[in-house]
Amino acid sequence: MSNGNERIVFDHVSKVFDTENGPLQVVDDVSFGVSDGEFVALVGPSGCGKTTMLNMVAGFMHPSDGTVTLDGEPIVGPSADRGMMFQDYGVFPWLSVEDNIAFGLKLKANRVAAERRRQIVDHYVELMGLGDFRKAFPKTLSGGMRQRLALARAYAVEPDFLLMDEPFGALDAQTRTSMQDLLLGVMGEVKKTVMLITHSVEEALYLASKILVISARPSRIRRVIDVPFGYPRTEALRDSSEFSELRGEVREMVMREYAAQEDQARSNRRKQVGQAQ
Amino acid sequence: MSSSSSARSAPVASPTTGNSPGGPPRKRLAGSLYRLAMLLGPWILVIALWYGLRYSGLFKPNLIPTPVAVAERFWQLLVDGNLLLHAYMSTQRVFLGVILGTACAVPVGFLLGWYRGLRRFMDPLINFFRALPPIALIPLVIVYFGIGETAKVVILFYAAFFASVIVMYEGISQISPLYIRVARTLGATDYEIFLRVIIPLAVPHSLTALRVALGVAWATLVASELVAAQQGLGAVIQEASAYFQLDTIYMGIICIGFIALVMDIALRALSQRLLSWQERHH
Repeated sequence: MSNGNERIVFDHVSKVFDTENGPLQVVDDVSFGVSDGEFVALVGPSGCGKTTMLNMVAGFMHPSDGTVTLDGEPIVGPSADRGMMFQDYGVFPWLSVEDNIAFGLKLKANRVAAERRRQIVDHYVELMGLGDFRKAFPKTLSGGMRQRLALARAYAVEPDFLLMDEPFGALDAQTRTSMQDLLLGVMGEVKKTVMLITHSVEEALYLASKILVISARPSRIRRVIDVPFGYPRTEALRDSSEFSELRGEVREMVMREYAAQEDQARSNRRKQVGQAQ
Repeated sequence: MSSSSSARSAPVASPTTGNSPGGPPRKRLAGSLYRLAMLLGPWILVIALWYGLRYSGLFKPNLIPTPVAVAERFWQLLVDGNLLLHAYMSTQRVFLGVILGTACAVPVGFLLGWYRGLRRFMDPLINFFRALPPIALIPLVIVYFGIGETAKVVILFYAAFFASVIVMYEGISQISPLYIRVARTLGATDYEIFLRVIIPLAVPHSLTALRVALGVAWATLVASELVAAQQGLGAVIQEASAYFQLDTIYMGIICIGFIALVMDIALRALSQRLLSWQERHH
């Protein structure tokens, strides 16, 4: 299924965890590719193994079966070419805003001269609207600002890829919307290849160029949807009829997976109760 | 900083709220009176209770010296009783015990906090030794370390080490793996993660360990000075007890408490300064 410019490729990937209750299959025979410059959103019920898939790309986990490759090479571990954003921000509380952004630039992997480092920090402080807070510690920042800081820090080391695990999940609706627009704006300036995990169909449709609908556990790919809207995108898109139609369709698909997961949980509980008796 | 950005929290909010013209200064006066009351109140309460007990008739009057008598004894020993030398000797022992104790507890606690297997293996041992009262170890300490300064410092070291090693490893084992993951995705090596992530995160726990060690060491001081001490606040107390000088005993106890309190306040101020980045939940 590889077609030349695919950079990240999942080839028949499965993942099984050993748990106290025996082996637990989380990902089941998943194959897909992410092309250069693509923005792929993974949508599906929570606990379905999306994060596991993202962690395999980041290099924190390895497949039990099959391969995950980057430019043809199996991924062995994390590296600065794959930046990551987490729901809990992960900004370093002991560093000021500018030192957070500079963190990656002081590491051996992407070290730059002090002068250049200052320029990069200045650039992202401005771009993310953190100018008034450069010397502040993260404890004084709101959730949205923390996530902007995390984005700035990830961007500063110029990764090819951005891996985002529910990055806006902890934010209120308004902040979330403005973060989505900010992300699109930043991406418009410097394009990245992105994998985004989200619960929100709306978010996936608004941001991504391709959506993978993931099944209840174990993860399989239910549908691949090519999002027909070009970039740049603006808030007006959300009000268009094509957008809302597609949103309805995808939402229904996702809801079916949620329902399947509920059923699964219920039957598991019955099984446990049965065993207990 | 511009005042337009709204996300900054409370501190700037209050000045505009005082509406009567005489309000703010009166409020400020009330505020400082309140602080003074909070500062002195507990001590006044203790002294009042002390007098209350003294004159309640529950104890024979000669069993409870008055605060004034204790203060007089304090002044007398300060002027011509070498009180400063005693305090200095005790403080020196406590310092040595605490410095050596935490110097060992921080790296050991770090390793135990970091390697879960090691922690499971060592945990019962540490809790076993921690539970032993230092006073019970005195005969052994005398056998192995004699009756000199070393023996006294060893006892304080023992108490400081086991109290602080637990604080340290409990703290380290709760460090969030999130920061380490973030650092890895930014390209950090293991060494860089240790230097730039783990060490900054270990500083607060090291300071707490130091504070706990200091408290425990002062609490153990009298026991350590049971080992043939000529000088030291503990020695003063013991000598006084041989002659039934209750006012001196009270004075010695109060001195220990106050020196420990002052040191704790100093250490707390230092950690607040070093750890201004920490979020505090009130």
